[in-house]
Amino acid sequence: MRWVNRQIRPGNRVLLGAAPVVILIIFYLFMAASRHAANPSDKILPLPGGMVEAMSGLLSEPDALSGQIVFWADTLASLQRLGLGLAISTISALLVGLVLGVLPPVRVTFGPLVTGIAVIPPIALLPILFIAFGLGETAKVALIVVGIAPFMIRDIAAHVASLPREQIIKAQTLGASSWQLMQRVALPQAMPRLIQAVRLSLGPAWVFLISAEAIASDVGLGYRIFLVRRYLSMDIILPYVAWIALLAIVMDVALVKLSHRLYPWAHGAGH
Amino acid sequence: MSVLLSLRDLWVEYGDKVVLERVNLDIEAGSFVSIIGPSGAGKSSLLRVVLGQERPTRGSILLDGVPLAPECGPDRGVVFQRYSVFPHLSALRNVMFGLECAEAPFTARLFGARRRAAAAEAEAMLAAVGLGDSLNLLPAQMSGGMQQRLAIAQALIKRPRILLLDEPFGALDPGIRADMHALITQLWRDYSLTILMVTHDLREAFALGTRVLTLDKRRIDPHAPHRFGATAVYDLRLKPRPVPTNDESITLDQVSNN
Repeated sequence: MRWVNRQIRPGNRVLLGAAPVVILIIFYLFMAASRHAANPSDKILPLPGGMVEAMSGLLSEPDALSGQIVFWADTLASLQRLGLGLAISTISALLVGLVLGVLPPVRVTFGPLVTGIAVIPPIALLPILFIAFGLGETAKVALIVVGIAPFMIRDIAAHVASLPREQIIKAQTLGASSWQLMQRVALPQAMPRLIQAVRLSLGPAWVFLISAEAIASDVGLGYRIFLVRRYLSMDIILPYVAWIALLAIVMDVALVKLSHRLYPWAHGAGH
Repeated sequence: MSVLLSLRDLWVEYGDKVVLERVNLDIEAGSFVSIIGPSGAGKSSLLRVVLGQERPTRGSILLDGVPLAPECGPDRGVVFQRYSVFPHLSALRNVMFGLECAEAPFTARLFGARRRAAAAEAEAMLAAVGLGDSLNLLPAQMSGGMQQRLAIAQALIKRPRILLLDEPFGALDPGIRADMHALITQLWRDYSLTILMVTHDLREAFALGTRVLTLDKRRIDPHAPHRFGATAVYDLRLKPRPVPTNDESITLDQVSNN
C-alpha cells in the first residue's frame, strides 16, 4: 500500500505520536547521566532530581523580598500580560478587520496604513514603546499588541472581503443595510477565522512577551529564565520552558474546542 | 398584460469590450422569461444589471416606469447557482433573515411575539418549497437541491416584484433538476411571480419559460471581436401551457444524494 493511503488506528496514533517525545527524553537522560558520571556537579544537562530540587524551592518558599511564591507569581504576571495583549489584539482585529473587509471606502483609506504597520518588525518598535510607556506593564502589553494585531486585522479583513460576492448581494436583495450585513453576515462568519487567527498569533505573542520580560521586568516567566541564565541554572530554565510549552498547548487546545463548540457550521457539521 | 420591467437602449461595456449593446426589452408582469445564448454573450451581465449589482454604461432600466436604483434592493430577489444561502444560519434562520432586516433595522434580530410571527411565516415558506421537515438543518447538511430550494424560499419571503435566477439548477443532477422545475413552475403560478432566468440548458429554457430570449452578437468584426456586443437576437413568445390537472407532488430529494 502507498504511504499516502496509510491510515493509523486511534490507539496506535497516541503510541506513534508519543514515540519521538519518549525517544528525546531518553536521549536527554542518557546524555545527562553520562555527563554527570564524568562530572557530578555538571550544570549544563541537569538530571530530573536536580530539576525537582531547584523547582521545589521556587514552588514552596516565598521570595524574601516580595513574599510571594516565585513560580506562581511569574506565571500569573506573564499570563496577565499575555491575556491582556491577546484580548486587545483580538477585539481590535475583529472591529477593524470587519470594517476594513466589508466597507470598500474604509479599506481603501486604511488598508495601506495597516499593511505598513504590519511589515515593521515589532521588536524594532520596542525602544519607542519603552520611551513612550516607560518600563512598566503598558510597554510589554503594547509590544504584544503591536506585534500581533496588524497580522490579525489583515487576516480578518481578507477573510471577510473574500466572502462569496453572491452572499453579499443576496443579503442586500433581502433588504440588509451595510450595518445589518456586517452584523448578521460578516461578523458570524469572521468569528471562527478570528479564533484561528488567535491560535496562529499565540506563538508570536509568547515571543514578544518573553522578549519584553527579558529586557525590562522584575517578575515573569521570561524574566526568570533570563535571570537564572547568569548562574547557568539549566535546572530552572528547562522546567520553565516546559511549563511555557504546556501553557501554550492548553491555550491552543482550548481555542480549538471553543471554536467547535460555538461554530459547528464552520467545522463541517453534519459531514 | 402590463409591462413590469423595461430596458431602454441598454449598453454594458467593460473597458473597451462591449458586452451588451442596444438592448431594448419589455418584460410583462407574470411572465417567465428564459435567457439563453452562447458563453460570453452577456447573459449574466444582463442579469447583474437588472439586479443592480452592476451599473449599465448607457441606457436605463425601469421597474413599473420608475428608474431602478443602481443598487440591489428587496424589490428584486435572486437565486444564484451557488453560495446564495448563509452557511452559518439554519434553514429557518436563513429565511427569517429577510423579515428580520426589514423589521429590526438596528439589531437585525426579532424577539418575542414578532419573532414567533416571523418564524411562522418562514416555516410556511419553507413548507411551500418542500423543506418543511428541514427547518433546523444547516446548509452544509443539505444536498445541492435542498440548498437551492432554501435559496428560493429565502428570496420569496420578501415577495420580490421580479425574481432573477442565474443558472439556478446548473449544478444539480438531472433527476433533482426535474423536481426543481416542477417546484419553480408551481411557485411561479401560486405566487404570480415574474421570473427572469439565465440558463444554458435549452430544454429547461423552453420547458419553463413563457418567453425565450436568445442573446448573441449580431455582427462580428474579425479584427476586433470585442467591439460588438450581444443583444436579443431571438425573442420567442411561447404559447401558454395548460395548467397540469394532476396535482404534481413535489418530492423532496434525499440528503447527500448529490
